[in-house]
Amino acid sequence: MTGTGIGAPVRRKEDQRFITGKGRYTDDLTRPGQAHAYFVRSPHAHAEIVKIDKAAAEAMPGVLAVLTGDDLAADNIGGLICGWMIHSKDGSPMKAGAHPALAQGKVRYVGDHVAVVVAETLAQARDAAEAVEVDYKLLPAIADTATARSSKVVVHDVAPDNTVYEWHLGDKDATEAAFKKAKHVTTLDITNNRLIPNPIETRAAIGEYDMGTDNYTLYTTSQNPHVARLVLSAFIGIAPENKLRVIAPDVGGGFGSKIFIYAEETVCVWASKKVGRPVKWTSDRTEAFLSDAHGRDHVTRAQLALDDNGKILALRAHTIANLGAYLSTFSSSVPTYLYAPLLSGQYDIPAIYAEVDGVYTNTAPVDAYRGAGRPEATFVVERLVEVAARELGMDPAKFRKKNYIKRFPHQTPVIMNYDVGDYGASLEKALEMADYKGFNKRKRESAKKGKLRGIGFSSYIEACGIAPSQAVGSLGAGVGLWESAEVRVNPTGSVEVLTGSHSHGQGHETTFAQLVSERLGVDINNVNIVHGDTDKVQFGMGTYGSRSGAVGMSAITRAIDKVIEKGKKVAAYAMEASDKDIEFADGKFSVAGTDKSMAFGEIALQAYIAHKFSGQDLEPGLKEGAFYDPTNFTFPAGVHICEVEIDPDTGVTTIERFTAVDDFGVVINPMIVEGQVHGGIAQGVGQALLENAVYDESGQLVTASYMDYAMPRADDLPSFDVGMTVTPCPSNPLGIKGCGEAGAIAAPPAVINAITNAVGHEDVPMPATPRAVWHAIHKGKAPMAAE
Amino acid sequence: MHAFEYHRPSNVRQAAALLQKNEDAKIVAGGHTLLPTMKQRLAAPSALVDLGAMGELRGIEKKGRAVVIGAMSTHADVATSDVVAEAIPGLAKLAELIGDPAVRHRGTIGGSIANNDPAADYPAACIGLGATIITNKRKIVAEEFFTGMFDTALDEGEIITKVSFPIPAKAAYAKFRNPASRYALAGVFVSKRGSDIRVAVTGAGSDGVFRWSEAEEALAKRFAPKSLDGMSPPASGMNTDIHADAEYRAHLVGVMARRAVAAATGR
Ligand SMILES: Cc1cc2nc3c(=O)[nH]c(=O)nc-3n(C[C@H](O)[C@H](O)[C@H](O)COP(=O)(O)OP(=O)(O)OC[C@H]3O[C@@H](n4cnc5c(N)ncnc54)[C@H](O)[C@@H]3O)c2cc1C
Repeated sequence: MTGTGIGAPVRRKEDQRFITGKGRYTDDLTRPGQAHAYFVRSPHAHAEIVKIDKAAAEAMPGVLAVLTGDDLAADNIGGLICGWMIHSKDGSPMKAGAHPALAQGKVRYVGDHVAVVVAETLAQARDAAEAVEVDYKLLPAIADTATARSSKVVVHDVAPDNTVYEWHLGDKDATEAAFKKAKHVTTLDITNNRLIPNPIETRAAIGEYDMGTDNYTLYTTSQNPHVARLVLSAFIGIAPENKLRVIAPDVGGGFGSKIFIYAEETVCVWASKKVGRPVKWTSDRTEAFLSDAHGRDHVTRAQLALDDNGKILALRAHTIANLGAYLSTFSSSVPTYLYAPLLSGQYDIPAIYAEVDGVYTNTAPVDAYRGAGRPEATFVVERLVEVAARELGMDPAKFRKKNYIKRFPHQTPVIMNYDVGDYGASLEKALEMADYKGFNKRKRESAKKGKLRGIGFSSYIEACGIAPSQAVGSLGAGVGLWESAEVRVNPTGSVEVLTGSHSHGQGHETTFAQLVSERLGVDINNVNIVHGDTDKVQFGMGTYGSRSGAVGMSAITRAIDKVIEKGKKVAAYAMEASDKDIEFADGKFSVAGTDKSMAFGEIALQAYIAHKFSGQDLEPGLKEGAFYDPTNFTFPAGVHICEVEIDPDTGVTTIERFTAVDDFGVVINPMIVEGQVHGGIAQGVGQALLENAVYDESGQLVTASYMDYAMPRADDLPSFDVGMTVTPCPSNPLGIKGCGEAGAIAAPPAVINAITNAVGHEDVPMPATPRAVWHAIHKGKAPMAAE
Repeated sequence: MHAFEYHRPSNVRQAAALLQKNEDAKIVAGGHTLLPTMKQRLAAPSALVDLGAMGELRGIEKKGRAVVIGAMSTHADVATSDVVAEAIPGLAKLAELIGDPAVRHRGTIGGSIANNDPAADYPAACIGLGATIITNKRKIVAEEFFTGMFDTALDEGEIITKVSFPIPAKAAYAKFRNPASRYALAGVFVSKRGSDIRVAVTGAGSDGVFRWSEAEEALAKRFAPKSLDGMSPPASGMNTDIHADAEYRAHLVGVMARRAVAAATGR
């Protein structure tokens, strides 16, 4: 309507500042009198701290303080928390080991926080950190997921067999019965490789204490500043909520890793009062590798039961999920409620049973990473389905189509109630775009050049728009997952939207403005989006789980509805009509059946000057807020098809084609959505072909730099063919489903299915590095990625 | 990074004097290896002697039957040099395969070979072409220069000034890149100059760059990819890490050698 409304591919407003280097990130901020923190980290995976001698460090130039876990304990500062309670099968609560921000008595992974040095300069802090003498008594370590439960090493005394929980979901008896009836059973052993998030901007924090007001401010790289404030005040006990302001300025990527409340920001806030100076810490890249929460790391045995017509009867899975050395903020929920409820995929599966054992190891904590649980589920389902089709000699596309859910709403056996979708439509479109029919010809052409060619599918589904608060509360979540918004109209008709969502690359400043533009007829340049400051935005749950569109924008929509209602009342006075006769469309309030109308901006002015109505009858001003709590998850779904060519001499896989057809419901800005799909696929291909976090047996991180941790680069990727189908989401006012994680969820099984198709057997590990693929081709058996 | 003194002398003699005077001084060329290790505090020289101001160390020329490259010539200088492209195109290609544009515009040939990273590319070219490394004190033939991983025949404070590459009849480099670092996982430089056939391998051997003599003998009979069919060096001498086990590396050396010969012979 204004050309900048819903559906318009407008350029991102924020890119002006990001591309010209005018973004303002936490590390760009310098507070008056700022001092610098450097952490003494454990070089050992597992050790007792016998003694810490800080005397030499304290005597060094510029040093303001050397603080340890004892100092935290003396100040009654609580430990970091895990905010989602998971119960084991037997009803017992998960076994959460203490997680002090600075180690107390023991270190449990390489990079664990032992002490902090605060000094005038970073170099002085670093020099002094080297002079802190820590006397360790080394303990044997366990890093391996599969064997953690049988290891003699005990990471936390509360969990003597390193088991956090033994959780399950689904109907075990019905599933067993279906497997007994089955004519065919497909079995797969799957390792979902461990990943390190690697946002471009590393984590950073500045803690600042104001003696005059007794208030604290934390500037930090957070995806959810309000949650950070809540946890730091209510649980860790640094300061009461009203005495703590958390600001998350521009944030350069998060992918989940900046959801969590970490030791470093906790320590910076606390230390700022102890030294009476603002305290800044910026992670270097090595620290990021060692101590950002990692992702994935599952070992799974999964089975699919089928009848003799290729109809799926049941699915079962047993997963061991590595949670690392401590339970990070949402870690317990990721391999449980964000994973197993997605094991039905896009398929009508009558019975499902999943068991998940969460384990402690001497590795960095593992938590949500782009997709969080859903990539792991999709990998299990889409590998199983592809292999089942191959084993039955059926075309994998036809096999999927046969088993797709076709009627909605559909209640799966694992919690989820799918509201809407048209999986067949996405598949048809993807087959067309990928020229599936021409595949055999291309395969022959590759063979002539001595190359192997393969094609692989991924019919993924995800649960986004997290989440209905009551539902997640009943599953153990410690918080509600609604979102808030406030729409403030200025007297001149320009608009400020305060949102509890947080943008760290997603383009909210543009898409949220487009919504306002669409609904109020205001140019997007007259709309400001305010986020990331607990003093400005009253409360919010932040951005993750593709929730900012479906939940965050729904809250904005509700607030806009209220603004329009109020505007109608103002318009009724201004145009001397009944407010029942006022209509609002195209940015104008008009009186029905007349040619009388006033522009939105004129009504805004009237609302503030309040000359046409008595303040007793109608409150002046035009500002409304709303909290929106979703009624269901949203279910973005689609079909990705990957086509690869492999050089059998070297094992190098080249992605020749990658087709993605996604149903994200209503799309606000197709250009931004396409960008999200591209980025997601790049991360998914990264997991499938390149990325792997490897710990050696002693618990040292072997891949602690880009020399060994392979990130996807532009030339590892093809040009993507992206298409869309649309079934609007019925459960939110805008029909949005969410798009932020789809690529990372869909791509890994598509790539691995293509490679196994080319190689001719299923024994290819992820990541399918050249070495692994070469061994798979030539030996029929690939060695594990780590030695 | 620890504090250090910084010197930028204007000729090699001054540089040598500074290095002699300051015990823990180090030469800095492009800084692309040295500075990261200093930032990580793995190296802490008391002083840096920057060779960047000496025009005499930068430049590429053809001298008789050799191409002589100044130690401070960047990888980009070599990759885009007409002289190199004309005389030893395989060498230009090698330089073009090093790192990324930023690395190629800072990193130097002198720094690269002085460092002798077992996965670096230039050592393969030096040995594969039978180069001579010229320092402020002497001339060292490539085989005697590279003495094992990160180890060279350079004395304390000795400065590489030039590298002289004899012009071969045929030569080419084939590199299999480490998926993470993009250094060589297996890089093979082959050349033929009269009866002198060379096959030099970097990235793969457990003790750095080496000559693969079986392949040289096979190629001496006929300089063609077919001569190497089915050949690879023994896995026992190969490096193993998370990116490639010894067996795979050995295999890749064979593949890269065949590809290099194919490129050198225009096949
Ligand atoms: C991201 C990245 C990717 C890279 N990829 C590759 C790759 O693919 N292949 C590859 O081969 N290399 C690669 N490199 C290394 C790069 O080629 C460096 O240029 C090279 O290793 C060192 O050269 P420099 O000029 O930077 O030396 P510096 O870092 O300045 O010095 C290195 C060492 O050599 C000594 N030195 C320098 N010049 C002289 C001299 N004239 N005489 C005596 N001693 C000297 C120094 O004292 C120091 O010990 C990469 C580097 C980076 C940072």
